Amino acid sequence: MVKYFKDILLGFWTIMVGMKITMDHLFQKKVTMQYPERFDPIDTGFMPDNSRNKLFVDIDDCNGCGGCERDCPVNCITVETVKTVPSDGPITIKSGAKRTLWVLKHEIDYSKCCFCSLCVESCATSAIFHTKEFDYSGYDRNELKHDFVSYSDEEKQKKLDNFVAYQIVKKQEDAAKKAADEAAKAAAAQITK
Amino acid sequence: MGNFVFDLIGKNIVAALVICIIPLVFILPYALIAILGELKIGAWMQDRVGPMRTGWKGVLQPVAEVVKLLQKEDITPTIANKPLFNLAPFIVFIGAFAAFAVLPFSEKFIPSGINLGLFFVFAVGSFAVIGIVMGGWASNNKYSLLGAMRSVAQIISYELPAGMVFLSIATIAGTLDMQTIILNQSGPIWNWYIFGGPQGGAIKFLFIPFFVILFIVYLISSLAETNRTPFDIPEGESEIVAGYHTEYSGMKFAMFFMAEYANMYVVSAIIVILFLGGWSSPFGTSFMDGPIWGIFWMVGKAFFFVFVQIWLRWTLPRLRVDQLMYLGWKVLLPLSIACFMAIAFLAMIN
Ligand code: SF4
Ligand code: SF4
Repeated sequence: MVKYFKDILLGFWTIMVGMKITMDHLFQKKVTMQYPERFDPIDTGFMPDNSRNKLFVDIDDCNGCGGCERDCPVNCITVETVKTVPSDGPITIKSGAKRTLWVLKHEIDYSKCCFCSLCVESCATSAIFHTKEFDYSGYDRNELKHDFVSYSDEEKQKKLDNFVAYQIVKKQEDAAKKAADEAAKAAAAQITK
Repeated sequence: MGNFVFDLIGKNIVAALVICIIPLVFILPYALIAILGELKIGAWMQDRVGPMRTGWKGVLQPVAEVVKLLQKEDITPTIANKPLFNLAPFIVFIGAFAAFAVLPFSEKFIPSGINLGLFFVFAVGSFAVIGIVMGGWASNNKYSLLGAMRSVAQIISYELPAGMVFLSIATIAGTLDMQTIILNQSGPIWNWYIFGGPQGGAIKFLFIPFFVILFIVYLISSLAETNRTPFDIPEGESEIVAGYHTEYSGMKFAMFFMAEYANMYVVSAIIVILFLGGWSSPFGTSFMDGPIWGIFWMVGKAFFFVFVQIWLRWTLPRLRVDQLMYLGWKVLLPLSIACFMAIAFLAMIN
């Protein structure tokens, strides 16, 4: 019987304690920061190093290997390339290695991207990386596709044409070389006979 | 009891319509204010700022929510029992709205001054449970049914202590008429029933604890009857999705929502009428008293208890079903019966 009343009083008392706590908090300073007006991680430049936000591709550093495209689990990267030709001259990527492929398209569809960072892991030249930017949106799904290549259509077409032209030249050269080889071989055979 | 609308227009159909509409005109803005209060107070108690974007500091948020609810698609499950499913929210709302018929707003205005006011409120208060069971059963959803069953168990359990409280006040006041109960308490603040009522002289001070206990008992059971936290097990979202209104959407859900807020005001008003002098001024009959101030005191005091309900909601966790039954049957009911006997004794010696 004593315990019964004690329990009731205790229950009542704890409710009072709880209500006092919430009442105190009612008048306390609020901790919420209103996001677009104030956002400390961007204002102070502090964003965790391992945070995974919007991606960026430094196209001057991308050798077009397509590793990111293959590794992406949701297939949101599209890489299109064309081979370089000798007439382009000695071109390198930013890190100094020889460029063998022109990147004509490197598109990331952010509406699909799950920010798993696998593309970043797979890039040998560290051309693709996460930025600190994360708040972006669009009125259309296609606005979320971002192409990092800035060549104009003519430039792209020129590169393609160069490649096709070089292909023909190379074929002729190959044929000539083959003929020469054949001739040399025949001459050598003649001699050994 | 005076009814200023009848004095103004005369006893005709127009007056009756006006009287019907006044509570409705009161409920709609009140519900918006209560929803805003719920959002903002809840946020502040958790050190958040709550809605901030709609209007100045988010004051238009409830309007946005209501508009959103009105626009939403009204879905009826294919295998639901359609007539009952569609009827249920309105029954619940009517139950809440009917109580407004006998709630006085001031000494000059009470929609219907019947002399069984307290009894009427009690009767229509249990009306809501029919709507809840109807909705829960007709939804053809196990969570809805579970919620409805819990609701029945809860409301029936907590109506008994609430009934004992009504009975005690009816005994000491000698009437079931709301206006008379309030008139009894007019005058200085110690005439309120929470301080023992107007009668009794010095001996009444011995009985004040019983009145205070009754007050707390009714506060608790009123929470249970309106399905408010900590007694929201009929709609406990972490256990049974949303209880009896799981399947409701759009306008019909809004009706349940409105009914809950209307009910909050009803029980708060009853607390104020029974224990805190209704529309009478706490400063006696000479200061800030009169029909207009009456509205201020009545609504102000009731709003305080609406605030208390919100405050409790953001403080206490939900009770378990067995704890709910324990509290109702083993604590509140014996306590209220004991207090009833003590108060009956006080009424007798007066
Ligand atoms: S982060 Fe993941 S999902 Fe996004 S582009 Fe890279 S590999 Fe694909
Ligand atoms: S893995 Fe790196 S280098 Fe290769 S295509 Fe992708 S971004 Fe370019």
